[in-house]
Amino acid sequence: MTTSISAMGGIVRRKEDPALIAGQGKYVDDIRLNGEAVTAFVRSPFAHARINSIDTSAAAAMPGVVAVYTIDDVRHLGPVLAQVPVGVMRPLLADGAVHHAGEAVAMVVAENSYVARDAAEAVMVDYEPLPAVVDMKAAVAGATKVHEGSESNVLVTWFSHDWWPGVFELVDHRPAIAEAKERDDVVVVSQEMTNQRLIPTAIEPRAVLADWNHGYNRVNLWSSTQMPHALAGAVAKTFGLPSNEVHVVAPEVGGGFGAKLNIYPDEILTVFASKALDRPVRWTETRREAAFSTIQGRGWVATATITGTKDGKILGYELDGIADMGAYSQNFTVAIPVLGLFVAQGQYDIPLAWQVSCVQTNTQTTDAYRGAGRPEASYYIERIIDMYAAAIDMDPADVRRKNFFKKEDFPATTAIGLTMDSGDYERNLDTLIADVDYAGLRAMQAAARAEGRYVGIGLSTYVEVCGFAPSVLAEFGFGWDAYGMPTSFSGSGLVRVNPDGSATVIIGTGPSGQGHQTTWAQVVSDRLGIDYDSVRVTHGNTAESPTGVGTFGSRSAAVDGAATYEAAEKVGGKAADIVAHMLEASAEDIRFADGGAHVAGSPGHKVTWAEIAEVAYKPHKGPDGMEAGLEAHAVFSPGNATWPFGSHLAVVEVDPDTGNVEIQRYVGIDDCGNRINPMIVDGQIHGGIAQGIGQAMFEDAIYDAEGNLLSGSLIDYPIPAAGDLPAFELGWTNTPTDVNPMGVKGIGEAGTIGSAQTIVNAVVDALAPLGVKHIDMPLRPRRVWDAIQKARG
Amino acid sequence: MYPRSFEYLAATSLDEALAALADNPDAKVMTGGMSLIPLMKLRLFSPSLVVDIGRVPGLDAIDDAGDHLAIGALVRHATTASSEAVQSGAAALAQAAALTGDVQVRNRGTTCGALAHADIAADQTAAALALGATMVARSSSGERTIAADDFFVDTLTSALQPDEILVEVRVPKTGAGSGSAYGKLGRRGGQSDYAVAGAAAVVTMDGGSVAAARVALTGVGTKPSLAAGVAEALVGTDGSEAAVAAAAARATEGVTVLEDLYGSEEYKAHLAQVYAGRAVTAAMAAAS
Ligand SMILES: Cc1cc2nc3c(=O)[nH]c(=O)nc-3n(C[C@H](O)[C@H](O)[C@H](O)COP(=O)(O)OP(=O)(O)OC[C@H]3O[C@@H](n4cnc5c(N)ncnc54)[C@H](O)[C@@H]3O)c2cc1C
Repeated sequence: MTTSISAMGGIVRRKEDPALIAGQGKYVDDIRLNGEAVTAFVRSPFAHARINSIDTSAAAAMPGVVAVYTIDDVRHLGPVLAQVPVGVMRPLLADGAVHHAGEAVAMVVAENSYVARDAAEAVMVDYEPLPAVVDMKAAVAGATKVHEGSESNVLVTWFSHDWWPGVFELVDHRPAIAEAKERDDVVVVSQEMTNQRLIPTAIEPRAVLADWNHGYNRVNLWSSTQMPHALAGAVAKTFGLPSNEVHVVAPEVGGGFGAKLNIYPDEILTVFASKALDRPVRWTETRREAAFSTIQGRGWVATATITGTKDGKILGYELDGIADMGAYSQNFTVAIPVLGLFVAQGQYDIPLAWQVSCVQTNTQTTDAYRGAGRPEASYYIERIIDMYAAAIDMDPADVRRKNFFKKEDFPATTAIGLTMDSGDYERNLDTLIADVDYAGLRAMQAAARAEGRYVGIGLSTYVEVCGFAPSVLAEFGFGWDAYGMPTSFSGSGLVRVNPDGSATVIIGTGPSGQGHQTTWAQVVSDRLGIDYDSVRVTHGNTAESPTGVGTFGSRSAAVDGAATYEAAEKVGGKAADIVAHMLEASAEDIRFADGGAHVAGSPGHKVTWAEIAEVAYKPHKGPDGMEAGLEAHAVFSPGNATWPFGSHLAVVEVDPDTGNVEIQRYVGIDDCGNRINPMIVDGQIHGGIAQGIGQAMFEDAIYDAEGNLLSGSLIDYPIPAAGDLPAFELGWTNTPTDVNPMGVKGIGEAGTIGSAQTIVNAVVDALAPLGVKHIDMPLRPRRVWDAIQKARG
Repeated sequence: MYPRSFEYLAATSLDEALAALADNPDAKVMTGGMSLIPLMKLRLFSPSLVVDIGRVPGLDAIDDAGDHLAIGALVRHATTASSEAVQSGAAALAQAAALTGDVQVRNRGTTCGALAHADIAADQTAAALALGATMVARSSSGERTIAADDFFVDTLTSALQPDEILVEVRVPKTGAGSGSAYGKLGRRGGQSDYAVAGAAAVVTMDGGSVAAARVALTGVGTKPSLAAGVAEALVGTDGSEAAVAAAAARATEGVTVLEDLYGSEEYKAHLAQVYAGRAVTAAMAAAS
């Protein structure tokens, strides 16, 4: 029996890993159907151009080419659906004009991928280039329009004092902050900072395989997606089918990070082509294409300002910024900054005045990328708080502590009216300070400085908000209404005990490596005492799982996990009645453990799950009137999101001759409440920190003034490899939430939210003796060196 | 990614490969494929024929020929890096090979391929240049040797003719009193990834003063280049910190420094000095 170690809190090896490590995982591109055709897209070399004509004749005549489609063939299907339809929706293929480099203009369907690409090169497109606007500030100024004829490039501006008018009566802190600035005992620290655009780089590129069956008038669709149910809805809505006639399977998905949380034109177009051609149609993104066919993330420029007393009391935090939406709005595009607003004030009980304008540019669409708005928001507050600490010559840890929400404030209300479930920020920071011997580190730094070395210590706290599942949030767009699935973001889980006593768990998530098969098996094993190895978990399949929302926003454990927990409780309730009947005991006295059930106090008085199941499926053996079968489905809609938090610290050394940054230590103390599998939690934090360091040090989606993406391949878009990173030192505090019955909070994005600014704070701290105050990311050696040169004059 | 269509020949002898090259002017030789295949997938290279010499016997040895090491066309980066003969006789090349790409790349890519490919940010090119290597090029009409000084012509362009195969690189061994070293700043910081800037140096010491020196740069211009000014300034000095610094300051004399995504002209010129100085210092340490 493995029950004890596989229970909640146990470090269990992942059920997924043997197959994934041995190459037995089946991804979309591993699935083959008879008679498939494949696709390739013709992509625009211009960021903004009118399309005078498209000549597909030469391509269509090539041997092996099945069809070539342009917008004229698919205009009737409408644009790509978006959950937050503010801005210009993306047409399935460019309609009369292109608005970003790499936009799909035509789709070739061919017998194989080589022919498809050869034919794509033979499609002749007559472009008439138009002026493009790439710079966010120029886009706001608006002399050049992203979409000809539009009135403004700015889609919406989000303000902290009225972000959801009519629901929250909020205080506008701007007058009070303005007043505070006039006091003579305050300092005002302000800095414009860029949070650069990133290219999400899942190891598995996106892929889709569509198989329309005219006999049943239904479609089977395999997609590397985080949101299978929403995709089923979107396809159903687009093609006029009921959603249950669209069977979406997300098999193994090799990373998503939010970039697979979108309905994409290729998903609709392969279905269209399969229907039109009466054969399966596949599209697999290539690595380089991914920089043009998949959303990007971040892309903010903002000025952060802290007004505070000279002894460290913050009287106001302002952020005035622009966020780059790219050319088209997709799933959540303009809503991403709002997620930043949710955590804008960090862990601090301070007045907030925040505004971010969402502006279109002639670049690829932006949307959710690991953290989605929250890394940006955390970056700004945590960078400016360091600058404030430096300005008043106070230790950055002390400034933070002085402004924290206190333990007794929880549940605490933020400046924008949201309630944070639980928190103990001081304990968390104290744990970090003690674990690293912070005073000792500062002494080490002083000694290094005395030798002329540039050693820096960077600190950041963060609070994240995740599991946006309260039903009421659906009124604000947190649902899949746009895809014909009018759901909230509730979780769902089905637990079925099979006739042989094994258990099948079916969940509505769409994981991309998070280990749901392991975690959910632990939850069910923990609740029901069914042997961990006898629990099989399936996900990402719309025909199997009754409902589902997908995996994003660090939601799955806290929402779908909680639903599964409740489903297991229901199964346990019924099973207790059965066991009570079998053992002639009272249902309240039945306990589940070690692969079966026993009567409390007499562990020998027991039955196995196989025996229980047999009675459940042979109802004449059970209690009178018992309904046969042993399964339950639960939908869980919590009253609040969850609010994990943590404190991170980095030690770096800068080589002043080259600007090279060496990360010597990286320490994180994270608090996600109860941990179901601490190893999986650590894994999530590891990946998150790596991505945050990727932003801090390496990654940059660089567009030139004409809108060409200069860093569109991995040759010029360096992502961190294991050897570039130190061994992370992780610890934890545990402040459970009462939002769900397991007391768990999300952890998928926390590492990303806490890390980028930790590194930048450390590097700036290292260079403080030279007077360096800020360096924009990524901190490639050239940037750091430039800053050193500038500081030296 | 999908290349345009091409013919593929798995040559079993050098003669077969050379004949195929002679018959197909736009054919490409393939050794490790670590650069050729990505370029073909990006459709930046579209040869009509790929002549794979990976199965040709006899090209994968490092021979110690007394005054030089002869490194065959199929010697992988990993072999060059771990060879004791290279580590002791041409340390700069072993170090450059060890810093080329990642483990997978080092296990497939070849030292000769890296030289023939002549990437502006490659590692072993600078080492071969500093060490004064000689390239042995063979075609169906015969064999010739090309000095490293004449070998690197431009971005992705060497002095090899399309019908020639670099069958061997001959690297002079650093003798008693001399040493060599290579170092770079990588694109991902540290020494990771292609060189933002790097330098190799070979220094011969004689009775406490520098008797001879050669320094070569990579990453800063369109091709690896000799930093003749550094060598000139260094020879005859005592190799003190000040002497090295003064010499390194002349790193980019006569070198066209170009900006890219990883550095401005000014920065790259500065790095050239830093890495020239560091390479010289390390080479001197190895010489003593
Ligand atoms: C992920 C990755 C990271 C890399 N990082 C680095 C790095 O940090 N530093 C670095 O220097 N390089 C790096 N490289 C490039 C790598 O070193 C290549 O292996 C090397 O540049 C080419 O060697 P090859 O044997 O693979 O040549 P191939 O790819 O087979 O050929 C490359 C070119 O050289 C020609 N060629 C090859 N061999 C011969 C020959 N014997 N005679 C005539 N012509 C020949 C080919 O025709 C072709 O044009 C990296 C490559 C990859 C894929």
